[in-house]
Amino acid sequence: MTDTAPLNEAWRRLDPRMLVVGPVKNLMQLLPFLLVVLLTGRSGNLTQVWFAVGGAAVVVLAGVLRWRTTRYRITDERVELHTGWLRRERRSVPRDRIRTVDLNASLLHRIFGLSVVQVGSATGASSGLDRSARMDLDAVTTAEAERLRRVLLDRASVAATPSEQPSVEIARLDWAWLRFAPLTFSALAGVGALGGAVFNLLVEAGVDPRDVGVVADAARSVAMAPLWVGIGLAGAALLVVAVVGAVVLFAERWYGYRLTREPDGSLRVRHGLLTKRSLSVSHERLRGAEITEPLLLRAGRGAQARALSTGLRDGGSGALAPPAPRAETHRVAAAALRADPAEVTRAPLRRHPRAAFRRRLTRAVLPAAALVAGAWLVDPWWAGAGVTSLVLLPAAVWLAVDRYRGLGHALTARHLVTRIGGLRRSTVALQREGVIGWTFRQSIFQRRAGVVTAEAVTAAGRGGYLVLDVAPDDAVALADAVTRDLFAPFRSAPMRTSTVMTLQNTKK
Amino acid sequence: MHPDVVAAPLPELPLRPPAHRVHPRAVTWWRIRAAAGLLVLAVPALALFLVIGTTWTVALLVAIVVVGAAYVAAVPPWLYRISRWEITDRAVYTLHGWLVREWRIAPISRVQTVDTARGPLQQLLGLADVTVTTASARGAVRIRGLAADDAAELARVLTETTHATSGDAT
Repeated sequence: MTDTAPLNEAWRRLDPRMLVVGPVKNLMQLLPFLLVVLLTGRSGNLTQVWFAVGGAAVVVLAGVLRWRTTRYRITDERVELHTGWLRRERRSVPRDRIRTVDLNASLLHRIFGLSVVQVGSATGASSGLDRSARMDLDAVTTAEAERLRRVLLDRASVAATPSEQPSVEIARLDWAWLRFAPLTFSALAGVGALGGAVFNLLVEAGVDPRDVGVVADAARSVAMAPLWVGIGLAGAALLVVAVVGAVVLFAERWYGYRLTREPDGSLRVRHGLLTKRSLSVSHERLRGAEITEPLLLRAGRGAQARALSTGLRDGGSGALAPPAPRAETHRVAAAALRADPAEVTRAPLRRHPRAAFRRRLTRAVLPAAALVAGAWLVDPWWAGAGVTSLVLLPAAVWLAVDRYRGLGHALTARHLVTRIGGLRRSTVALQREGVIGWTFRQSIFQRRAGVVTAEAVTAAGRGGYLVLDVAPDDAVALADAVTRDLFAPFRSAPMRTSTVMTLQNTKK
Repeated sequence: MHPDVVAAPLPELPLRPPAHRVHPRAVTWWRIRAAAGLLVLAVPALALFLVIGTTWTVALLVAIVVVGAAYVAAVPPWLYRISRWEITDRAVYTLHGWLVREWRIAPISRVQTVDTARGPLQQLLGLADVTVTTASARGAVRIRGLAADDAAELARVLTETTHATSGDAT
């Protein structure tokens, strides 16, 4: 590599504006505590005030110290980060291990023109070094963040990028997708968390929502009404709050969404209204794509696409697009993988054997039957429980049929495609070269049914993807086709001859 | 390392079992662990029986002891018959498990680290585990219950082999 001067950098500090942003951010986190301290104080008692002032001073000092002691540099080989005063930490990551570079900017950061750079790198899983798999630079100017992203993600392009080629847009937000917002469970969970946080804040600030006049009146009149009205009202209110909250969260999260292919070949996802988020995945790190369809989203003909990349934190992130119409999702996933949809997530899948269906059926119906039996047992005390529970049986059968119809796998020119699940259906297209091993599992029930579960092990995403309940011969044939030559020495045909030879040898 | 390439009852998978068995003392190790588990369950049951002494406590105690004893007697040798491992210059290959059998294959070129570990009981028996990790969170291959010397030698050879291959194994 012909090194140009800027690569061997001197140590740099975080942006001086962090002297303001850091303490302000910490103070805001401390705000509920400060409020409690100040509000619970009796008048004339100055100790409380001193506590609050002292706490604030410590926080400000910590922010200043953190800025003073944090420095980073990029050399030809490594990225180094030194932090801490009492407990000094020196991190150093080889640059060829860097997998992803995320840029994030909260509202506060954006006011000051700053961005947080999160550098994700690959280290051996469970080698005890997981802590160092991520490096955060909180924060540098947005321009510096952009520069770091470019430098860190593509070493070659630093020296050789000829010009500012435009990035190519793959997808952008369509506001009609807002209709999918209430259909995702994570949105509902988010609303719950948000509501809880607001309630908590109010309580900590000394305001009990039950003391507010309107709320109290409403609560009293509901308490007078019959039970089912109360439950119905509560349910309806919860639903409205959940839907509105989901829409708001979706809008905040996905505002300005754009998926682009950068000149260096990496994928870039940008979105966010208050907190701007940017995720970059270099093409070399991409191992495949996943399409998830939670039941509700699937019922609304929606789906969501994710990137499977090495170095993404526990596969949790990596969303390539918001929940979107199914066809659009498949198109995005295929474009990210630079393949035709029919070659990846839309590939025609092979059905799994009938035994797989029987297993889905028993595994759904037996627990349901147990519940029904339990319901009949308590029926004498709780009239109607038994009859009501009968609805579980057709539901279980439907679930089993749905799960079986979802099952499938295929091997295309460059990808292994596998689909699994009903409540949360997932279609994964994994690059053949991305498979770094195989696990086959067979329970005694599977043994009797004559099927086996194969798991393609990979460094990306959840670490392994299942091909559920296939014939043993097919499982090994599939694995052998994906990772060529790996299985040849272990196929059973040579085994039989070698066994015979051993036996003959022992006879002599 | 044992030269016994005797065919175990052929698994349903069209792969031959790995070539090598683990150390025979692994049976003792699994037995002691199973017996310890049995004690953990049986002692409270015995206490119940002594304190309450009704019919169902007797039934419980008898059931635990019978099932536990059967497990201690039967499962460890069974596990020994099934558990196998093999390392070629291309791949690490293991087979383990009795209720759920698990075949694992990882190419040598994707191996990241090779660790050996010895629990207190294993130290007494002179046994060790070898764990071969890959870049995947779910890709670790474990060989349980090798003789300690064999494990150390195996780890050394594997580490050398993996150092010889280049790339970052993801």
